[in-house]
Amino acid sequence: MSILASSVHAAAAASNGTTTFVTPHVEYAKLSPMIVVFAAATLGVLFEAFLPRKVRYYAQVALTLLGLAAAFAAVIALHATAAQTVAQGSVAVDPVTLFLQGTILVISFIGVLVIAERRTEKGQDAFASQGASVPGSQAERDTTRAGWLTTEVYPLLMFSIGGMLLFPAANDLLTMFVALEVLSLPLYLVCGLARHRRLLSQEAALKYFLLGAFSSAFFLYGAALLYGYAGSVTFSDTDPSDPGIAQAVSAGAHGSALLYAGVALLGMGLLFKVGAAPFHMWTPDVYQGAPTPITGFMAAATKIAAFGALLRVLDVALLGSVDVWRPVIEAVAIITMVVGGILALTQRDIKRMLAYSAILNAGYIIIGLASTSATGISAILFYLPVYGVAIIGAFAVVTLVRDSGGEATDLSRWAGLGRRAPIPAALLSVFLLAFAGIPFTSVFVGKFAVFQAALQAGAPQLVIVAVLASALAAFFYLRVVVVMFFSDPLPEGPTIANPSIAVKAALAIAALATVAMGIAPAALLHLANNSSVLAR
Amino acid sequence: MSSFPYLTVTAAAPLVGMVAITALPKERGALAKPIALLFSLITLGFAIACAVAFKTGGPQYQLNENHEWIPAFHVDYTLGVDGVALVLLLMTAVLVPVVILAAWNDAELGDGSAPLTGRRSIKAHFGLLMVLETMMIGVFVAEDIFLFYVLFEALLIPSYFLIGSFGGARRSYAAVKFLLYNLLGGLLMLAAVIGLYVVANRSPVGATFNFPTLAYAVTHGQLDMSVGTGRWLFLGFFIAFAIKAPLWPFHTWLPDAAGEATPGTAVLLVGVLDKIGTFGMLRYCLQLFPEASHWLTPTIIVFAVISTIYGALVAIGQTDIKRLIAYTSVSHFGLITIGVFALTPRGQVGATLYMVNHGLSTGALFLLAGFMIRRRGSTSVDAYGGVQKVAPVLAGTFLVAGLSSLALPGMSTFISEFLVLVGTFERWPVASIVAITSIVLAAVYILWLYQRTMTGPVTEQVKGFKDLSFREVAAIGPLLALIVVLGFVPSILTNFVNPAITDTHIQKTVTAVHATAPHHSQKPGSSGHDLALSPLPQPAQQIGSGR
Repeated sequence: MSILASSVHAAAAASNGTTTFVTPHVEYAKLSPMIVVFAAATLGVLFEAFLPRKVRYYAQVALTLLGLAAAFAAVIALHATAAQTVAQGSVAVDPVTLFLQGTILVISFIGVLVIAERRTEKGQDAFASQGASVPGSQAERDTTRAGWLTTEVYPLLMFSIGGMLLFPAANDLLTMFVALEVLSLPLYLVCGLARHRRLLSQEAALKYFLLGAFSSAFFLYGAALLYGYAGSVTFSDTDPSDPGIAQAVSAGAHGSALLYAGVALLGMGLLFKVGAAPFHMWTPDVYQGAPTPITGFMAAATKIAAFGALLRVLDVALLGSVDVWRPVIEAVAIITMVVGGILALTQRDIKRMLAYSAILNAGYIIIGLASTSATGISAILFYLPVYGVAIIGAFAVVTLVRDSGGEATDLSRWAGLGRRAPIPAALLSVFLLAFAGIPFTSVFVGKFAVFQAALQAGAPQLVIVAVLASALAAFFYLRVVVVMFFSDPLPEGPTIANPSIAVKAALAIAALATVAMGIAPAALLHLANNSSVLAR
Repeated sequence: MSSFPYLTVTAAAPLVGMVAITALPKERGALAKPIALLFSLITLGFAIACAVAFKTGGPQYQLNENHEWIPAFHVDYTLGVDGVALVLLLMTAVLVPVVILAAWNDAELGDGSAPLTGRRSIKAHFGLLMVLETMMIGVFVAEDIFLFYVLFEALLIPSYFLIGSFGGARRSYAAVKFLLYNLLGGLLMLAAVIGLYVVANRSPVGATFNFPTLAYAVTHGQLDMSVGTGRWLFLGFFIAFAIKAPLWPFHTWLPDAAGEATPGTAVLLVGVLDKIGTFGMLRYCLQLFPEASHWLTPTIIVFAVISTIYGALVAIGQTDIKRLIAYTSVSHFGLITIGVFALTPRGQVGATLYMVNHGLSTGALFLLAGFMIRRRGSTSVDAYGGVQKVAPVLAGTFLVAGLSSLALPGMSTFISEFLVLVGTFERWPVASIVAITSIVLAAVYILWLYQRTMTGPVTEQVKGFKDLSFREVAAIGPLLALIVVLGFVPSILTNFVNPAITDTHIQKTVTAVHATAPHHSQKPGSSGHDLALSPLPQPAQQIGSGR
């Protein structure tokens, strides 16, 4: 029984005068990663209020990185925990949760290193000097000249990361919804804070917010219908007096129409977050408009959290009705791969191209979901971190290629980059070749794991589509490589920023991880295999 | 079963060279050339050591090495060679130093046929060549199917950069076309590789990628593969190899890639990379999917015959020297494929010899054409005439290489072509007879090319031609010598190849179980035992002393 549900029960019971309110039992130690992150976020808000402007940036960055490191340490400390549900059954702490939380924290750490970058633009970061100033106004010019920074970004990000940690751990629909909102709302904000091309950025934020609100509404409707079907919002509760959704599904409760409608609506809400077609429309616009370091962070971390949540809903709550949803998920996988692969071909902007590539990769991961086996789960668990690290690295390279109006994201401006800046171009090539599934890169191993799970599950059609989509994808990844290495440089091409040591470190980590996990993936695969246990 | 890791050392030697080249300071980039040459010669030395350590008549797979790699997928780092892989390894090790010597100045000067654009880094050129050599060797010596696949795909990347960075005017188009065609094939093969793994996982043999184990399981019914599944998986492998080889109608990338690449890269493309396709057919398609091979053989033979004739006809019509040679290779690969799928020992031994000899003779032809193009700055046949009078050594070596390409008796190619045609005739007389016309066509395209470029009045631009330099003679000499020596003493190769073919031959696919795992030899029918049981005549002696 969840906390929220229990208080509802308690309130109902109290009105009858039969029982008194029972304080819910919360295992704080098991929740420590999330508590640390939320505490750091709250502290960050206080920093924002009380610290002088000059020191805020440093204090915020230090606090954020420390908070993430401490939360990661908490995850490590919990690694031996047996799969269980805590906080009255509303949060599942199991190997999948801990693996994903650890992954999100590592990815966020690398992401924050890139987000905090100020050297590429002479002491300014990627965010508007003051979010509230009208684009092009005097206020904007004044604050820019004064060197103001929107350091609110860091506490906002920490709240979002906290939500991401909770999202894949949530074991009931209401907790999951709260986590969904906590992770989304700060992201809507930071998406609109780009320093350059602010109107585009604000448009992206508004689009993201409106469509995100729609998808949240779908999620809530679905949750309500599922509650109507199962009489519970908890995914799985082995207590026979208070069965969860999984128990209701396997017992074949009445009202399967409610179940199907609920699953469909809930699925829409979650598939929106992972960027699966046909709910992908927001992805290219938001990825393009958002500040590039944020885009990289979102593409990696949000996707990990959302797939974790989807995995838990499908494999814990709805495993009993797998025959109903598997064909749908398989269809979504196919549509996602086809849409991502084909539309990416037509893109001229590197950020939009990477957005469609993110859609395509979501399709591969959904193949793993459709397999519903331990092999499938461990394939997803391997794919998510290696993909996340590579995409964050790819967007970090994009932040370095600049001209007068900020980043030069149009592909034609990248001509001959390989000769002007061999190292960034080589790094981006590593990431792109990884996405293309070239062996000796991490994403190749991830694809192999996913395809293998699908074939084990008897779904060769998914693998065939995935393979053809990969060949298509290779074309547009290679186009970037061709432009960078085989074209002659433009006479007035973009400049390549020389980033700070933090960004260099982030890029080095990302590239090394991408290659190392391709050559020696045994350790991570082993960890993913051992982590593919869900609390049921 | 030796303790010394011969194969790892051979494959790793060029990689060490690559590291050394990478470590060079930018202003000393020219040092990359001698370093690359040195390491490729060291590799050749190790390759010869492998051949010496290989016991002809011993177990089928030798020089085995086995280490765990990715236990989650049962993937091992397993190396080993049979006779076929060994001769291809030797061919690779011979061709690379020759190419390095011949392509000494290609990185900074181009092949002379197009204005110099693009990145001209000597370090990058020779570094990529070294990586490519490691991967090419790895593909031939890998015994684990996953390892083979990984290298099969990965070697596209250095080739792609070699074509795209250093080739002619349309190099970028050619590089992308090359990569996309091969990647598509590779991805289909990936699906088939995983499919095979899943099938093995459900079968008594258990989850494994070990090729000898799987081949053994196939012949001993330890692999529960339905006919339909087997045929799909076969197609996955075959299409990848047919694109690589390349077989008509998957051949269109080759003329572009070989035509735009520098002559050195083109030699490695046509001479080694494409052999991986025919090698893969012989080893993986036939031994893993015997039923499906039989099922599709008639179709494949038809395609291969079309390849043979079509490649030769189109070659006659070419006006670009490099594209002409590339099309002759399409024709030759058709013949090799016919030999592989003739499913007779003679045909397959012939096909294997053909792979090696084609590498040597077409390699020589490409390099000599490159020398000529460098002098004149044009790839067009019309731009030449009377070269023989100003550069007799160039013309003479070109003629020898050309005669070798058209399989003149006395040249090594003659024996292989003869064996292929005879081996095919035993089973597919019509195909064999039709394919014979390609020999006539070969005489047309080679001799006509020679006549148009080397004989006749000396044209204005050809007048200043210098004859071959010492470096060029040093590069081409060993190839021509090998062609003649192997023409008269083919037993150098057949000693290795014959036992391997009789072991792998499809009618009695017998595979010695992996020699590094002695406990496996408890299984019924280890190599020697089964060979004794086989009713098939041993063709080894006949072929070795055939002429």
